[in-house]
Amino acid sequence: MNQKAEVEIKAPLAGVLRSERMPHIWCPGCGIGSVVTCFAEATKRSKLDHDKLAVVSGIGCSGRVAGYVNFDSLHTTHGRAIPVATGLKLANPDLKVVVISGDGDLTGIGGNHFIHAARRNMDIVVICINNFTYGMTGGQVTPTTPTSANASTTPYGNYEYPFSLPFLADAAGATYVARWTSLHSRNITQSIEEAFQKRGFSFIEVITPCTTLYLRRNRLGDGVDTLQYYQNNAVLKHGADTRETAIDFQGKIIIGKFVDREKPTYLDSANRCNTKFIGDDYQLYGKTPPEKEAEEAAKAAAAAGAPPA
Amino acid sequence: MNIVAADPKGVDAGPHFMDGDHAIAEGALAAGCRFFAGYPITPSTETAERFAERAPEVGALFIQMEDEIASIAALIGGAWGGQKVMTVTSGPGFSLMLENIGLAVMTETPMVIANVQRGGPSTGLPTLTAQQDMMQVRFGSHGDYNIIALSPDSPQECFDLTIEAFNLSEIYRVPVFIMTDETVGHMHEKVVVPPASEIKVVERNLFKGPKEDFRPYGFDSQGGHPMTRAGDGYRFHITGLTHNERGYPVMTPEQNKIVLTHLIEKINGNADKIIRVEEDELEGAEVVVMSYGITSRIAVRAVQEARKKGIKVGSLRLITVWPFCEQKIRDLSSKVKAIVMPEINYGQIVREVERCAAGRCKVVSVNHCGGAVHDPMVILKAIEEACQ
Repeated sequence: MNQKAEVEIKAPLAGVLRSERMPHIWCPGCGIGSVVTCFAEATKRSKLDHDKLAVVSGIGCSGRVAGYVNFDSLHTTHGRAIPVATGLKLANPDLKVVVISGDGDLTGIGGNHFIHAARRNMDIVVICINNFTYGMTGGQVTPTTPTSANASTTPYGNYEYPFSLPFLADAAGATYVARWTSLHSRNITQSIEEAFQKRGFSFIEVITPCTTLYLRRNRLGDGVDTLQYYQNNAVLKHGADTRETAIDFQGKIIIGKFVDREKPTYLDSANRCNTKFIGDDYQLYGKTPPEKEAEEAAKAAAAAGAPPA
Repeated sequence: MNIVAADPKGVDAGPHFMDGDHAIAEGALAAGCRFFAGYPITPSTETAERFAERAPEVGALFIQMEDEIASIAALIGGAWGGQKVMTVTSGPGFSLMLENIGLAVMTETPMVIANVQRGGPSTGLPTLTAQQDMMQVRFGSHGDYNIIALSPDSPQECFDLTIEAFNLSEIYRVPVFIMTDETVGHMHEKVVVPPASEIKVVERNLFKGPKEDFRPYGFDSQGGHPMTRAGDGYRFHITGLTHNERGYPVMTPEQNKIVLTHLIEKINGNADKIIRVEEDELEGAEVVVMSYGITSRIAVRAVQEARKKGIKVGSLRLITVWPFCEQKIRDLSSKVKAIVMPEINYGQIVREVERCAAGRCKVVSVNHCGGAVHDPMVILKAIEEACQ
């Protein structure tokens, strides 16, 4: 008797992705799935408590990421993922809050929120999936579309100057800034893991192909051709001056970790300031900042009669 | 519904001399609000300022966001992060908030938004009073939905109704609006804050069952479906898309009907429990003066003068403006000659009165553009004309 063995096939990322929501909506060759895979992998590798991880996204193709990850997840309005994430983080500072969204969402309609969250050093991770296009609405120009590229609303070529997002994030005050392409999956995963460990506004840009719109409209071939382009044109430059990270149409793409600095987060600063003016009556809001922890540990040790460390 | 006494930390009990804006902040703290995201705008800023000042001693957090869009977005995050949340604004800021008022309605997120109204349209009259946003609050965000709006007529009521607004928003999981105005907002009066033990606060109904049984929504046309908060392990998903009980997108006409019916009927079906009005001598009245907010304080004088002249005039003050007291007006319209409605706008809520009266009695709009309250004698004249 030829009996088929019952084999339970478990997807490697089951548990961190919502399997019951598959298949996802993204096109073949799209880079969003690659970024989600890297993110899912990073969450598996990291020691984070998955119950304390929340994902917020805005609107658009990348905005649908929140619906596929098996964490507390909020699919919000166009451009508003960052302020929603800000509220979430401040309401429960124990959370690790990650925003995953697209270039149009985060830097077009949501551009103001982006720079202000970076300025405040809000303790969140922002991953921008940059495919140079508004995909969900059919391939319109975005604030990151390279000059001269064709989009449905720039049918004769884009004549605007694009944002360089690492430069913008750096200038606005982000404590961690990195850029990769969707070819660089191991780097993306590692970057996300690093960002999980950072306290402060961490920004990771991932350049990805939009096969259906951007590539087709600009006659750039398919997803594999784009990965080939990334292979040939990505220039690894850790610590690069973010002023030099602009991307020309089909030009070189500077990748790497550009910024990694320490400074107090929004809540650290709020607690410090309030403690200074209100004194010991002030109850620290949220997690105790590290230096206060050290101070309290020293006090406790002194009270116990131990010599100060 | 779990009703508890207020957390004493947020209650500054005793008599105060304060304006409506400050009273809203005190009401919020007493109701257990511990997260406020705001943006300065006249004539509402004082609420944000008082909350910012009081927050550290209460264990609350105030953040000034980059605009009103971000403020209300932060409230949605804050509420799903487990806090009771509020913001305050006025016309131009309120217009900016409409987008995420829709998201709050769609995701059934409890929050309180105070609109200290000023004259419009656009920048209008930044420092002067109006009641011009009364339709905007009900219909301003796109799509069909329902909300609750309360209209205080004094600083004391700003305090009391803010607590009630928080309680209603928890019960029905809906944004609740305090529709006050510049006059009440900036008017100083005695406000008595009761001791914490006497303030009734509705606690958030958090789901406590097994993870596999959790659903963020229940489309039963009632309020009270339990919610959760990020970090509790239920791995919720919420979206502004038409969704099922799990919060996952289901974009079909059938599901839209299910969601929409629920969103609208959870308020309409409970209207009797929600609506509060104040009646005065409605029995045997020939004419009824109907008003809300600061206008009711002005109408009192007109009613007194009319009574001196022997006119049988009653008054009806809307404390709850939305949902509208439809049945009350249907009943009243078959008993009286006329309903006289002064409002500091070009005639907004009076449209609801006309709709419900359906020709059974005269409905007289005493409309009055923004910038100042009515002259009571104008209302008196309308009463006199109405009863002829």
